[in-house]
Amino acid sequence: MAKYALRASALIYLLFLLVLPVGVICWKTFADGVGPVVESLSSPSALHAFKVTAQVALFAVLANTLFGVGTAVLLVRHDFPGKRILNALIDLSIAVSPVVVGLALILVYGRFAPVGGWLSERGIDVIFSIPGMVLATIFVSIPLVIRAVAPVLQEIGIEQEQAAWTLGARPWQAFLRVTLPGIRWALAYGVVLALARSLGEYGAVAVVSGRLVDQTQTATLLVEERFQNFDPQTAYATAFAMAVIAVGTLLLINLLRPKEDVQ
Amino acid sequence: MIRVDRVCKTFGNFVALEDVSVDIPTGSLTALLGPSGGGKSTLLRIIAGLEQADSGMIEIGGEDSTRVPPQRRNVGFVFQHYAAFKHMTVFRNVAFGLQIRRTPKAQIRRRVEELLELVHLEQFAQRYPAQLSGGQRQRMALARALAVEPSVLLLDEPFGALDAQVRKELRAWLRRLHDEVHVTTVFVTHDQEEAMEVADSIVVMAEGKVRQVGSPDDLYERPASDFVMSFLGPVTRVDGELVRPHDLTVLRDPTEGAIGGTVQRVVPLGFEVRIDIVIDGVPVWAQLTRQEARRLGVRAGDTVYVRTADHAQVRSLSA
Repeated sequence: MAKYALRASALIYLLFLLVLPVGVICWKTFADGVGPVVESLSSPSALHAFKVTAQVALFAVLANTLFGVGTAVLLVRHDFPGKRILNALIDLSIAVSPVVVGLALILVYGRFAPVGGWLSERGIDVIFSIPGMVLATIFVSIPLVIRAVAPVLQEIGIEQEQAAWTLGARPWQAFLRVTLPGIRWALAYGVVLALARSLGEYGAVAVVSGRLVDQTQTATLLVEERFQNFDPQTAYATAFAMAVIAVGTLLLINLLRPKEDVQ
Repeated sequence: MIRVDRVCKTFGNFVALEDVSVDIPTGSLTALLGPSGGGKSTLLRIIAGLEQADSGMIEIGGEDSTRVPPQRRNVGFVFQHYAAFKHMTVFRNVAFGLQIRRTPKAQIRRRVEELLELVHLEQFAQRYPAQLSGGQRQRMALARALAVEPSVLLLDEPFGALDAQVRKELRAWLRRLHDEVHVTTVFVTHDQEEAMEVADSIVVMAEGKVRQVGSPDDLYERPASDFVMSFLGPVTRVDGELVRPHDLTVLRDPTEGAIGGTVQRVVPLGFEVRIDIVIDGVPVWAQLTRQEARRLGVRAGDTVYVRTADHAQVRSLSA
């Protein structure tokens, strides 16, 4: 009896929190058929928003992949003073509210802050433009690649690389040919997670982007802005498109997850 | 020749090697033997360039290699846990060193096939390491190390992770391989039987120091210390002397030079029989053949007289 009660409560919980809202979005999106959906998704504003989203996510994921693998190697294979602090800082970035992250970035890179002012004099605007949004997105997704890669790196150890050294491989050759293929599934998993997080980021990006329509507006910002400005059709359609992308990445994650790097 | 000259190495407070000097002649098959934590693996890794000595010098083939990175030492290294490249087939594992050296493809194919034949893995070329047994993986690791024609082959407890049966087979096989390939080979082991069976020459190490160097016979017959004597084979103490149990003669009647004691237990162990005796309250054990034991016909509680055989090698205990 208790078993069924537990199952029922889990189902009801999911129904009200997940299935119902997503279902309603689908229903609202297609309430007037497919035509308006295609029309709103192909409007210049929507296309631009998706382009900005893709751009920001691409750069952020790229940076986090390189930085993530490097940091994971550092944490797993080296001992240095401050290692525990670094370890804690990495998780901090996901624990802090994205809005706070955005504000902090403005305080450092804003036009009237020292660093931002210095960059601004050289023609680089960080805040209210793409670089700031990339920074914000990197910030909120820092740990994802590191935490996916580090345990596998720990597991495979350094002996395979050392064997490669004695066979004549330079350290970077040994890393690329022996270690990287060894962590490829974990890395792919981390990259897909980071991508999902980057595509869906709202808070930090909202603060640093300045929400300039058709300039720094991402897909998430477009949903919010359209909804406020009495254009629910575009808001629903965009939200639906993002849900489809999210489900796609989830499927990808699940395809990658069962593949064990370590046998 | 490999020359290790006054090498020291510490890890934090732990002294792994203390002023170690040893020469390993070209073409020999040498065992580094000793209890674990005695520094033998560290010495092997320093010869390979995987660790740096704090002080001292390593010379390989007359060349000072102390600061040469492992890539350019031309050594083959075999790890205890194989260090197989898991995402590569057996063929590509063995080919790795040659590919790094940009050897032409046809030549790589020929050499790898030759080596796989040498290690009896020719039908496993397209398998992955996970599909091989431990013994097969270790043979693959050996072929991989030999592929680049190293001037020195270093093996770190190569059979340590294998079960007893496979271990015995691989020992004999390594000996035969060395007779065919003649590459200067150094292997680390803590198993004295393995060292005695396989090596031409044994370096006994303990607590970061070289205790004795010599042929297996030398070490067994003329150990330089109590430690070496007890590490290389069974020993027992009689009347303040360290003796091999098979060098003890057990008699029923009092004889000149023999000491009386009481038999505690007679333990038949196949070909040999072990007799536990107490002499003046001190336990001693003697190793007899089955026939000797039958002729003697003693049982627990009997009084016997023990003396060391004339040819026996005896060490007086200092303490």
